[in-house]
Amino acid sequence: MKFRRRDKDTAPVVAGPYRVGEPIRDTKAPEGPIEDRWDKRRFSAKLVNPVNKRKLTVIVVGTGLAGGSAAATLGELGYKVKSFCYQDSPRRAHSIAAQGGINAAKNYRGDGDSVYRLFYDTVKGGDYRARESNVYRLAQVSVNIIDQAVAQGVPFAREYGGLLDTRSFGGTQVSRTFYARGQTGQQLLLGAYQALERQVAAGNVEVHTRHEMLELIVSGGRARGVVVRDMVTGEIETHLADAVVLASGGYGNVFFLSTNAKGCNTTAIWRAHKKGAYFGNPCYTQIHPTCIPQSGDHQSKLTLMSESLRNDGRVWVPKRKGDSRAPGAIPEDERDYYLERIYPAFGNLVPRDIASRAAKNVCDEGRGVGPGGLGVYLDFADAISRLGRDAVEKKYGNLFEMYERITGENPYEVPMRIYPAVHYTMGGLWVDYDLQSTIPGLFVIGEANFSDHGANRLGASALMQGLADGYFVLPTTLGDYLAGAGSFGPVDEGDVTEARKAVQDRIDKLLSVNGNRTADSYHRELGRIMWDYCGMERTEESLRKALERIPELREEFWNNVKVPGDAEGLNQALERAGRVADFFELAELMCIDALHRTESCGGHFRAESQDADGEALRDDENFSYVAAWEWTPDGPVLHKEALDYEYVKMTQRSYK
Amino acid sequence: MNLTLKIWRQNGSSDKGRMVTYRVEDVSPDMSFLEMLDVLNERLILEGDDPVAFDHDCREGICGMCGMVINGVAHGEQKLTTTCQLHMRHFKDGDVVTIEPWRSAAFPVVKDLVVNRSAFDRIIQAGGFISVPAGSAPEAHSVPVPKADADAAFDAATCIGCGACVAACPNGSASLFTAAKITHLGLLPQGQPERESRARAMVEQMDAEGFGGCTNTGECTAVCPKGIPFDTIAQMNADYLKAASK
Repeated sequence: MKFRRRDKDTAPVVAGPYRVGEPIRDTKAPEGPIEDRWDKRRFSAKLVNPVNKRKLTVIVVGTGLAGGSAAATLGELGYKVKSFCYQDSPRRAHSIAAQGGINAAKNYRGDGDSVYRLFYDTVKGGDYRARESNVYRLAQVSVNIIDQAVAQGVPFAREYGGLLDTRSFGGTQVSRTFYARGQTGQQLLLGAYQALERQVAAGNVEVHTRHEMLELIVSGGRARGVVVRDMVTGEIETHLADAVVLASGGYGNVFFLSTNAKGCNTTAIWRAHKKGAYFGNPCYTQIHPTCIPQSGDHQSKLTLMSESLRNDGRVWVPKRKGDSRAPGAIPEDERDYYLERIYPAFGNLVPRDIASRAAKNVCDEGRGVGPGGLGVYLDFADAISRLGRDAVEKKYGNLFEMYERITGENPYEVPMRIYPAVHYTMGGLWVDYDLQSTIPGLFVIGEANFSDHGANRLGASALMQGLADGYFVLPTTLGDYLAGAGSFGPVDEGDVTEARKAVQDRIDKLLSVNGNRTADSYHRELGRIMWDYCGMERTEESLRKALERIPELREEFWNNVKVPGDAEGLNQALERAGRVADFFELAELMCIDALHRTESCGGHFRAESQDADGEALRDDENFSYVAAWEWTPDGPVLHKEALDYEYVKMTQRSYK
Repeated sequence: MNLTLKIWRQNGSSDKGRMVTYRVEDVSPDMSFLEMLDVLNERLILEGDDPVAFDHDCREGICGMCGMVINGVAHGEQKLTTTCQLHMRHFKDGDVVTIEPWRSAAFPVVKDLVVNRSAFDRIIQAGGFISVPAGSAPEAHSVPVPKADADAAFDAATCIGCGACVAACPNGSASLFTAAKITHLGLLPQGQPERESRARAMVEQMDAEGFGGCTNTGECTAVCPKGIPFDTIAQMNADYLKAASK
């Protein structure tokens, strides 16, 4: 097939190999004992007086746990808040789908938990690639989140004495996870949503639903607004502000198949990246071990089964390759409970990255179960005989029903089949201790930023981080920035015009190609490349292959995509095409990041870097840094933020 | 399997709308209902037709964004199931399937199967919350909540705000949605201070949005994908009467 001349949109992201720029020296974390740093920062942060707050406008993009809680809290403080989401209501954001729970260092069980232990577990779980100061603050604030949520009426699970129940989760040996059956994300999000709607009623927050951010407005070196498209009327709108907060979630949908909602996308953060915000650790992807396996080529998304199931379910495969007997017909001594065998200390509760790779390994050996041999059993037979069916149903009933609805199989009678799937992206826009990106006035919170989880996130920590950022951290640090708003000056008209034109040009271009393939079919193919070459296991060879294929496919996309209709009203195919276009560019940066990081760490497993047992082997001497990528027309520039561990002792992670 | 689909097509709220018939072939029983529609839309795009607009997002049955009336039943005939969780194994070769949007005066059609449910947000704005600014909360264990109350509150709190209750109700009432929130918050000690003002404000907003009244037909709870109990409506009425009589 012949292609037209390359232009701005089809030019490769990397013109040549990446370049190395100046390191990032200051993350703005206060010095001194780690337990005092957040107090110090809170005290040093400048305040905005209540009268002036009413004159300041803050834009918040996204209404999940981070964006919803931030918009509500900023409204409570008296700022004028404009909140945007692509869904028809802020309550739909994908935080709602989080099942298992939220961690907090309450130590209600008296089982040895503490702020320090949650901090330590999180840094270790992240394979020593997170910033100590941020993680410590997260652990400190975790206890306030539970108080806040309970006061809002979040119906957490309780004991008969009326106190809160907790359970254990992967990667920890204490029971610090608070939960609301298998719907913890839903209940926490509704708490934040209700707080947000209360502020709408109070006149402090305007919510713009069915609006998609398509460009960031930067003027005078500061983030000053956004260009959005009203998805119902098609109108391109400009909204100006004194600061912009991105809470637009992760980019797992670059793989097409993931546990993300269908609408989750990278556009907001990618547009900001191209306007100057560095992108931190794009290659750190979390593959969740307990998802329902794919059933066919029509698959549009993957569904996660909460990791909490690993508390009572036992993971196994047949010992013999190609054993096609029904699970019930395989005797006990012919089963390999491989997690319990390889990791006796943590057993079925090893962290997600380890459980996922172990599943891949047994399937690669030909011992996988179900269609295509891409699955392992998660068996509740022991739990049912130990606790009784009723007790299991009380704990996991809704998850079992969900499984049966999707697969048509009853997990009370036959073991579940599970397989790893893309679930969360630890990478995201780089932020400092204040959650501010490299563009002044652009703050990034929740999954959209890169902070806190290092190279692997522990279960039940995403909800914790989103709410910590939104309720407690951002409202303080944003105030410090806005205290200087008096000197920001007016927004330059030319900067607004340029951003609007960029949006209009892209839409016109997508509509004008009128080729022969749908955006979804390109997205599927891109996802397949990413899963095969930049998925659970990466090699130099696979990544180079991906870096060859992605630009070719992107060029084809821009010359052969078919987007029906016009831009004058609701056009879901146009929305999708715009998002796929940005995924193409991001995919390339992810592969470059994965290629440059020749070590294995957390969710990033480079096959070249493993120990004799096949476990991930870090290279602390050369890679103990955050890779923060700057976008330039001539290809990405790498800025390193060194990670110094003053408190946590770096060891090779062992869950044996 | 091969199916005949009769789908409601409507280009905006001022268009009259009509049913249009489509054939879909080789539908796999493992597909979800929305995946079957994805396949149809991919074909329509390539044929130069306008794909069918429908709302969806999580496709896990929890975000509440999807919803269609399938063969006359909101979310289809499978009990306790959202449209996205309905799978094609419940249909058979040769079936004729009608697909329509939620129909209610308070939910105007945006396009095809997409409706505007922002009235639900305004009902929550009226009082569906506990007033507790961030940072002001007391220690979580300072108020124990009896497990039975916490569990019952949870059962009401699982509402996903999809609007199937409204679509199924012959009166187009939003009582089950509103009652679920009033019951959730009213069962918890934290919700007591605003209990009566909440019930009053939310019920009044529900009426102001143009939803119909409840006549106890129970269609709402029959189609509710989360099984919100019908007696929440009795709780709402009790709280409202108490508040209104003051």
